[in-house]
This record gives sequence, structure tokens and C-alpha cells, in this order.
Amino acid sequence: MNLDAKKDIWGNYQKEIANDHYFYLRSCVRQNFFPGAETTFLRIIKDELKKDIFEDPAHTTCTGIGYHGDIVPFETTMTIVARQFSLMTENGYENLVPSCITSFGLYSEVIETWDHYPQLLEKTRQNLKKATGREFVLPANLAHASDIIYKFRDEISAKAKYKLINAETGQPLRIVEHIGCHYSKMFPHKSIGGAEYPYVLIGMIESWGGEVVDYPERRHCCGFGFRQYLVKANRGFTFACTKKKFDSMEPYKPDMIITNCPGCPMFLDKGQFAISQLEGKSYGENGMGIPVFTFEEVAGLVLGYDPWDIGLQVHQIAVEPLLNKMGVKYDPEKKYLGLNDKYLGIPQMEKELNTCC
Amino acid sequence: MGKLYEELIKDVHLQEGLKACINCGTCTAICPAAEFYNYDPREITDIVQEQDDKKIEELLKSDTIWYCSECMSCKTRCPRGNTPGQIIIALRALSQEMGYFTESEKGRQQLYIKRTIGGWILNRGYCLYLEGVGTNGHPEQGPVWDWRQQNWAEVMKRLGANYEGKGPGILRKIPDEALEEIRQIFEVTGGNKRFDKIEKFSADKAKEMEMKLDDGTDNEYIKFIYSINNNNHNSK
Repeated sequence: MNLDAKKDIWGNYQKEIANDHYFYLRSCVRQNFFPGAETTFLRIIKDELKKDIFEDPAHTTCTGIGYHGDIVPFETTMTIVARQFSLMTENGYENLVPSCITSFGLYSEVIETWDHYPQLLEKTRQNLKKATGREFVLPANLAHASDIIYKFRDEISAKAKYKLINAETGQPLRIVEHIGCHYSKMFPHKSIGGAEYPYVLIGMIESWGGEVVDYPERRHCCGFGFRQYLVKANRGFTFACTKKKFDSMEPYKPDMIITNCPGCPMFLDKGQFAISQLEGKSYGENGMGIPVFTFEEVAGLVLGYDPWDIGLQVHQIAVEPLLNKMGVKYDPEKKYLGLNDKYLGIPQMEKELNTCC
Repeated sequence: MGKLYEELIKDVHLQEGLKACINCGTCTAICPAAEFYNYDPREITDIVQEQDDKKIEELLKSDTIWYCSECMSCKTRCPRGNTPGQIIIALRALSQEMGYFTESEKGRQQLYIKRTIGGWILNRGYCLYLEGVGTNGHPEQGPVWDWRQQNWAEVMKRLGANYEGKGPGILRKIPDEALEEIRQIFEVTGGNKRFDKIEKFSADKAKEMEMKLDDGTDNEYIKFIYSINNNNHNSK
């Protein structure tokens, strides 16, 4: 066997990720649905890894949901993206780290388009200049936030207070990993592992002691589909996709699900609730759901952060079964408290709602 | 080559998305929308490749082009480097340009997306701004979401957000100057023009259907397009 050739092949599945000095762009979806995940990501990058990461208050949406909802023309989207690059340039950064997978895919698409059509890059420069007076430089490095955690997974593991291991049995937790479609299906060479072997979450799971569960519909979309979820009349599509995934993974009895896209954990979490309401079906143990997490939340749990600081109380599917398996210490009385332990009431769960606690 | 195809081929999405289709059907096999809807991306690709304006016009006026979820799974799998999902983006853009989108149930939904997502982009600087978007329209969100809606700002602050505040942070107030730049970009690059077309053609259709349509989303036409489903979309 020609080992050099083999090395070249695997080289196609590798990705260069900047080591420090990141320009962070927030996710519209993650901010609304999992605010604690972004807070946790920045805490890890700054406090644990001692890296420089900067956020400009003037950055905005990339228009991703509007673009894929087909209301925003590509020329507009390219210029909004160019404005984000301009803010990065203006602040002296060159390593772009979006929190959102739709954004990551869109930045990849825009950069690839400009590579294929230099005249569109020039047109975008003119548009941005005319609209805002701004200029920009393309990022030297584009990495999704999950790429950064992947890069430092072993450093996180070295500081771990808990591992992805059943504290009672000592066995690895069985974990489903779900990669957002726009992370690697569109531009495989911009991801870790490509579309066939996306390794970004597997790397974290293996480093932190868990066991990856394979199942037939592992790479099926969560069902968001932009307009398919946004409009009530189309939402059957979304939850048909979700159900297809859960029916497929159920026989493999996963302990938890980890995702790298901001939207997917919402659909896999709320989708289980919707299916329980529509069909009386739940997929986890003892009539409960399968807890769903973002990668930032899991990294925070591994590092021993308080689950309610990470934001696990905003999940519809109860996370306690997983916390108990990991042996995580937490105060159940503090789950639904606000700042300074202010009492905010508790969610009004129905008794038969067996996907919740 | 017909006039509609001439317009389509100007779109970089079509140039990038359609090389030469061999009709193998791999895209249809991988497509989540093809599994759920009466939808076949291979067929769409073939019609566009034929450059038959009559068939393209039928497509632009149909529900069919609105079934794709833009997951782009087809891009990974096509053995010839085509991306039906990109072809769909070009078709949807032209359907809105021509006003054909109001001829189909699924196409008419664009006005709802424009007024919600489009409104948040221009007025807030975010694609989503969900305080006040409760379980009435989104029952799947469940009781924890109800609790969050009742305590929106409190929970946000508890989890480290700079909710509606100055400076960086989660759901901060985007500075007015930044929002003005976004609006200028929409003006210069055709974003406003598309928004205006969606509004104009939708107003014409609402009039034709004798439905009330005024500002916002709390009116007869918007409620109709948001919720109506003739159940003829997935006979499989």
C-alpha cells in the first residue's frame, strides 16, 4: 500500500483551525432558544482556554433564514456578509467564528462563490462601499464554534470534572451525534471529516469518554427546512423528519443526543414533545424523552459548570436523567429561578406529559 | 431558449447548480422533501435542463418549487456536481420577480415569511426575535416555552444575555447606525425591491380572493396563508 497516498486522502478530511484571536458572530436561533450555550462557549474560550475572542455589538444577522426562506436576494446577503467581514477587519481580526451552522454554511457559500466569480466579489465591494462606505478583507480562517471546541477537546478533557460515563456502572454513555446539514453537506472540504465522516462531534465524545451510537438515519435532516417550519401549514414536514430520526435511533437506546447546529437541538427537543402530544409516544427510558444538548452545554457539563448556569432549564425534554447518570451534582430547587434566586414560577406541565419531569 | 430560461441562467445559483443532469435520481433518493411531498428534484432539474419555457412557467406557478427544504443534501450526493436545491433558489427568485408565486398555496406563504423574518431583519437586526411569539401559533414549543415567554427578559438575564442592552451580548439592542447600514444595503442590492414585489403581488392576490390584508400578521389573508393546507401535497 502507498502510505503517502493514504495520508493525502485523509488530508482532504482535515481542517485548519486558528489557535487564537477569534472574531465571534452570534446566532439568531441560538440566542433565542439556547442563550446559555453561547454564554458557556465564551466562558470556556476565555476562562478555561485563555483565548482572545471579540464580539462587535454592531454585528447583525447574516440573513441566513431570510436567504433560505427565499425572501432575501443573494446580492443582499453577500453584502451583509461583507459587512460582517468589514467589522472583523476594522477590529483587527482575521479568524471568523460563527455560532450558527446556517451562517457557517452561508459564509462558506459566499466565499466559494467569490472564488468562482471574482466579478461578484468586486460587485459586492462596490455595493458595500456605496451603502455604508465600508471596505473589507476576507477571513484568513473560518471555523464554526464547534470546530474550536473540537480543536481544544483534549484540553477540556484534561480539566474535566465529569466524563461522559455512567457514574454507577463505569460504562461509556451511548451518544447520538447530530451534525447540522449546512456544516458539511454543502462544502465538505470546509468541515472536519467531510460529509461522509463528519468527525467534529465524534472527536468531542471520544475525548470525553462517551461511545458514539450509529443508526440508519444518522445523517437525515432534523426537519427545520426554513419555510417548512416557519409556516404552520408546512410544519408536518418538520416533525415527520424528526419522527423518522427518532424511530430510527430508538432501538439503539441512546442516553443523550449532542448537536452542533443551533436549530437542530430545538427541533429534536421540541419535536419529542410534539410527537408525545400527537401520538402519546416517548423515546427515552421510563416514559421520558432522550435529552438533547448543544456541544457547548456538554462541554460545560464536562467542566463541572452548574447545569442551570449553562441553561439546561430551557429544554423541554428533562435533562435530569442524563445528569443523574453522569453523577452531576445539581440543586433541583434552583432549576427555574431567575437572577439572584428570584422566583419565576415553574412551567405548567400536564400530568400525562411524560417527556418532562 | 425561452425568456424565462434566459432570466434563470443569469442567476449564479443556476450556473452553479446545473451542470449536466444524467437523470439518475440520486438526488430524489436522498431528498427529505421527496419522501414527504409529491416532489422529485430529478424532474425539476430535467425540466429546467430542457429549457422549455412553458414547463418552466408551470413550475414557477406551482406548489412544487416550494416543497424543497434547502437542506442541500442533494449537493453532497449528485455524481455530476449538480445541486437541485440551488436550482430551486433560482426558480423561487424568478417566481417572486414575475409575481407567479401568488398562484400557488405554498408560494403565497412568502408574504408571511417576508413580514416576520424580513421585518425582524430590518427592524431588529436579527432573523428571529421571539419575545411574544407564544404557543398559540407554535403549540409544539410546549410548556417550558410558555414559562420562558412569561419570564422572557428574566430568563435571558439569568443566562447571561444583554437583553435589549447597549454593548455586546445575547439579543443586545443593535445600534441604530448598524440598522441603518443594513437598510441601506437592502436598498442598494435589491432586497427592498424584492420585499416590495412580494407585498404588491400579494395585495393583488388578496384583492382577487376578496380577503382583507392590512399591515402586520393579524389579518384575514395572512392568517389564511399561514394555516391553510389543502392536503393535496403528499398523496404518497
